[in-house]
Amino acid sequence: MNAIHLQNTIRLPLLFLLGLAFPSFAQESPYIVTYDHHLEEPGNLEVEYFSTFGTQRAGNDFHAYWMEFEYGATAWWTTEFYLDGQTTFGDSTLFTGFRWENRFRPLRAEHFINPVVYIEYENDSEADKIIKEVEGHDVESDFAVSNATLRKEHDHELECKLILSKDFKGWNFAVNPLATKNLSPNNPWEFGYAMGLSRPLALKASAERCTFCPENFIAGVELYGGLGDTQSFGLHQTSHYLAPAIAWNLPSGWTMRISPGFGLNDNSHRLLLRWGLSKEFSGFSEIIRSWFEGRP
Amino acid sequence: MKASHVAIGFAALLALASAQQQKPRNDEPAGVVFARVPDPARAKCNPLANDPDAPAAGRKLFDEHCAECHGETAGGSKRGPSLRVTAVQQAKPGEIFWIMTNGVVRRGMPAWSKLPEPQRWQIITWLKSVQ
Repeated sequence: MNAIHLQNTIRLPLLFLLGLAFPSFAQESPYIVTYDHHLEEPGNLEVEYFSTFGTQRAGNDFHAYWMEFEYGATAWWTTEFYLDGQTTFGDSTLFTGFRWENRFRPLRAEHFINPVVYIEYENDSEADKIIKEVEGHDVESDFAVSNATLRKEHDHELECKLILSKDFKGWNFAVNPLATKNLSPNNPWEFGYAMGLSRPLALKASAERCTFCPENFIAGVELYGGLGDTQSFGLHQTSHYLAPAIAWNLPSGWTMRISPGFGLNDNSHRLLLRWGLSKEFSGFSEIIRSWFEGRP
Repeated sequence: MKASHVAIGFAALLALASAQQQKPRNDEPAGVVFARVPDPARAKCNPLANDPDAPAAGRKLFDEHCAECHGETAGGSKRGPSLRVTAVQQAKPGEIFWIMTNGVVRRGMPAWSKLPEPQRWQIITWLKSVQ
């Protein structure tokens, strides 16, 4: 199935649904790779677009992009559907696959550290370059191969994370150890990590609705990388990134994020520039439920 | 990748949306909810109770984050209970703060700890000012 067919299959019903839902103000963190313990509000749908521009030594730079549809199924369960694609300059543009992610909050109340269990199924080709996480021995040279070669190899992957997150005096600190398993036989478990620290520029809200109020901006920094696999655990032949990030939550309900990520060793891309745009819609569940229940 | 895989994933998302059949969200008396608040949390005072800007800021925050469930005037809606009932009016600020921070997750109210503490207190200041 090509990208255009996929877009046409999904775009029209989605636009119709979003037209019926109401925009909602979001208070989004600046993290693009790291997760904190805050889930989507129940019944709300957040539609997100993200890009990653990556530099590539011994190859062509690339622009990878993905759409996320994040739905708050309950106050303790958020489910997300991803569609990934990429353009490698001087090569080609590809639709690279989809992901289905679920996050579960096992504890009822806030604790000193708040855990969330993350389980994701990925169905994508080796040409996927969104680098939503770094795992195992992912290194820059993996991306130097042509798209025609990379797309021939298809992955079915299970990814598990333990999200540990803490809010303290306006700061958020989150750590996400992760383990992934290619479901094809004879592949080892691969490991990685992501961590983040963030804080709004102001903790008190101003009395007026405003676009440029400091409380609308949340600044942070992320650190993420691979930790090898079950056959060779550790930092050898792994890549790591440090990425300052900022989110701007607009009164209209839109959130913009930008995050330049800098490679920390020779196995890493020199630069991963990421940006994203998202909007949250409330009332989505009522619309869908009324369809299935036959109510007006 | 097959088209059916994408279709199944998207259909699953929609089915999950429709399957969201939680218990009615206002079927638990507010007094029962407040009874769960630990004593140290109950004793907390609102540091912004006398802040002249807090009610207006709290009103704005309520509109942005709470009104979609609790109604524009906090009178309740299909998605969330009224906050103008006696139990809430008589609740101590520390009790409301604890409920906001921790949510009533199994009943559909998310934890609002992602709002900085001063913003949660600003919302409480507004809530108390309209009761």
